[in-house]
Amino acid sequence: MKNLMILACTAVIAVTAFGNDTTRLKSPSTGIVQKDDDGPAITLPQGFKSVVVTSGLGKARHLTVAANGDVFVKLEKLKDNKGIIRLHDTNGDGKADETSGFGNYVGTGIVIKNGYLYASSNSDVYRYKIDEKTGAVDIASEEKIVTGLVDKSQHNSKSLALDNNGNIYVNIGAPSNCCQVQDRVKGSPGQDPCPILEKAGGIWQFKADKTNQSYEQGVRYATGLRNVVGLDWNTEVNDLYVMQHGRDMLYQFFPQLFNQKEGAENPAEEMFRVKKGADCGWPYCYWDIDKNQQLQNPEYGGDRQKADRCADKTKSIVQFPGHLAPNALLFYTGDQFPAKYKNGAFIAFHGSWNRAPEPQAGFFVVFVPFKDGMPNGKWEVFADGFSGFQQGGSTGKAKYRPCGLAQGPDGSLYVSDDNNGTIWKVSYGK
Amino acid sequence: MKRTMLIVLVLFIATAFAFQQKQQQPARLKAAMARGKTVYENACLACHQPDGSGVPNMNPPLIKTKWVLGDKKALTRIVLKGLQGGEIEIDGDKFHNPMPPQESVLNDQEIADVLTYVRNSFGNKASMVTAAEVKALRAKLK
Repeated sequence: MKNLMILACTAVIAVTAFGNDTTRLKSPSTGIVQKDDDGPAITLPQGFKSVVVTSGLGKARHLTVAANGDVFVKLEKLKDNKGIIRLHDTNGDGKADETSGFGNYVGTGIVIKNGYLYASSNSDVYRYKIDEKTGAVDIASEEKIVTGLVDKSQHNSKSLALDNNGNIYVNIGAPSNCCQVQDRVKGSPGQDPCPILEKAGGIWQFKADKTNQSYEQGVRYATGLRNVVGLDWNTEVNDLYVMQHGRDMLYQFFPQLFNQKEGAENPAEEMFRVKKGADCGWPYCYWDIDKNQQLQNPEYGGDRQKADRCADKTKSIVQFPGHLAPNALLFYTGDQFPAKYKNGAFIAFHGSWNRAPEPQAGFFVVFVPFKDGMPNGKWEVFADGFSGFQQGGSTGKAKYRPCGLAQGPDGSLYVSDDNNGTIWKVSYGK
Repeated sequence: MKRTMLIVLVLFIATAFAFQQKQQQPARLKAAMARGKTVYENACLACHQPDGSGVPNMNPPLIKTKWVLGDKKALTRIVLKGLQGGEIEIDGDKFHNPMPPQESVLNDQEIADVLTYVRNSFGNKASMVTAAEVKALRAKLK
């Protein structure tokens, strides 16, 4: 009996250790290294190749591809006084031959849907008529459809997604780490209730075709989301999915609860499948990657054991190691990639900073297999090598930082980097 | 030959003297740097990073910027009172995260030490900040 107990204990420990290990950050993928004109390029799984569409755009945030293959990139810093860049490939080699631009505002979000190009500043959403057969944008048709959203610098990206029912979803990030009375000041308590949630810290739904909407005309579709930069409407199951950037400073503010390594791994970066009215828990709750559950934040009395008020919050469906910064989410609907990628999720991780003094991590694109709108297997690194780091390195020294994802009409995957402003086109086979 | 010897001797004495000067004057600096490093690691490193390079678009670098090397009072004020975010601009780039005010977290000596550390690390070289200077500014800003 005693032997059996020991065996059982060992098994439990082994499973726990292994279970934790699967959520830990793996070493870079064993993908294939390619070369491009700028030297060593990104690594990709066997059978995939990439071409650099263009580089030097600067802060290239999100991007979208028209039916004719023209790529539209939203910039967070104007380039030649333009905030939206159009890239046109005339000879079909994947590289941009003609570059033009319009829109004199900075921002992150950009999506094409039903003959319109939608783009966001850090407080408003605009749209333009686009002829997808030619990629021509009617700049004079500019309409401001949403205005006056919270922009207090921190977490001010307004990312966009559209459903098939004429609605647009806009992330309004909380200008805060964990809704403390004094943001990011050690020892300052959490505000309860958190007043920020009235106008930020969630996803708002607006009509895609009405002008000058603001909070009064919109619907707070989901709340309790600290900051979402990557979101996508999954057309297979007709639901919104979002990637939350988890809170910072657990080790720095609560060293009695989190050691340096645990502070680097916690909290999880989380993917939520969001139904209307969902409350995903921020700022009261976080996902503890070691305990593998949603727990109360220490600013709200959490001790790494208590779930309490988090019990009835919406739970995430995929968890990733802490601080990797998911900046784009894309459900792949193309036919070009092998079958396992169909309807699965690609996520671009911008790369961490709040892991220091532990090594920084992220700076890659991962893939999560899906079935019927739910994850169906472990996440894996798809594209890597963006940072150029051999072993750790400062965030500011990363060569590229993945920020946006888009699918081309031929099923190719486009990746943007907002450090240098490089755009890759990733395709499979031949 | 004699002349060469003399030159060598003079050079040697001059070097030794300079070395001694350097030794004496920075004893205070050295102590402040050591204390300041500890403060930096506890209060600043997470955002400004181990090498002071900051985080693009989020937390400004502390390497040879006018804020770090310039007016001590302006720099001390930022540490005491913090910033909203978006107020620092370097080469056309803005930094989105707020600087949390440290007046309730760090005392005068700690702020003086960490600023001395920052002003003399990461390739920076600038004068020390004293606890008296921090104290005076803290009182003025009350």
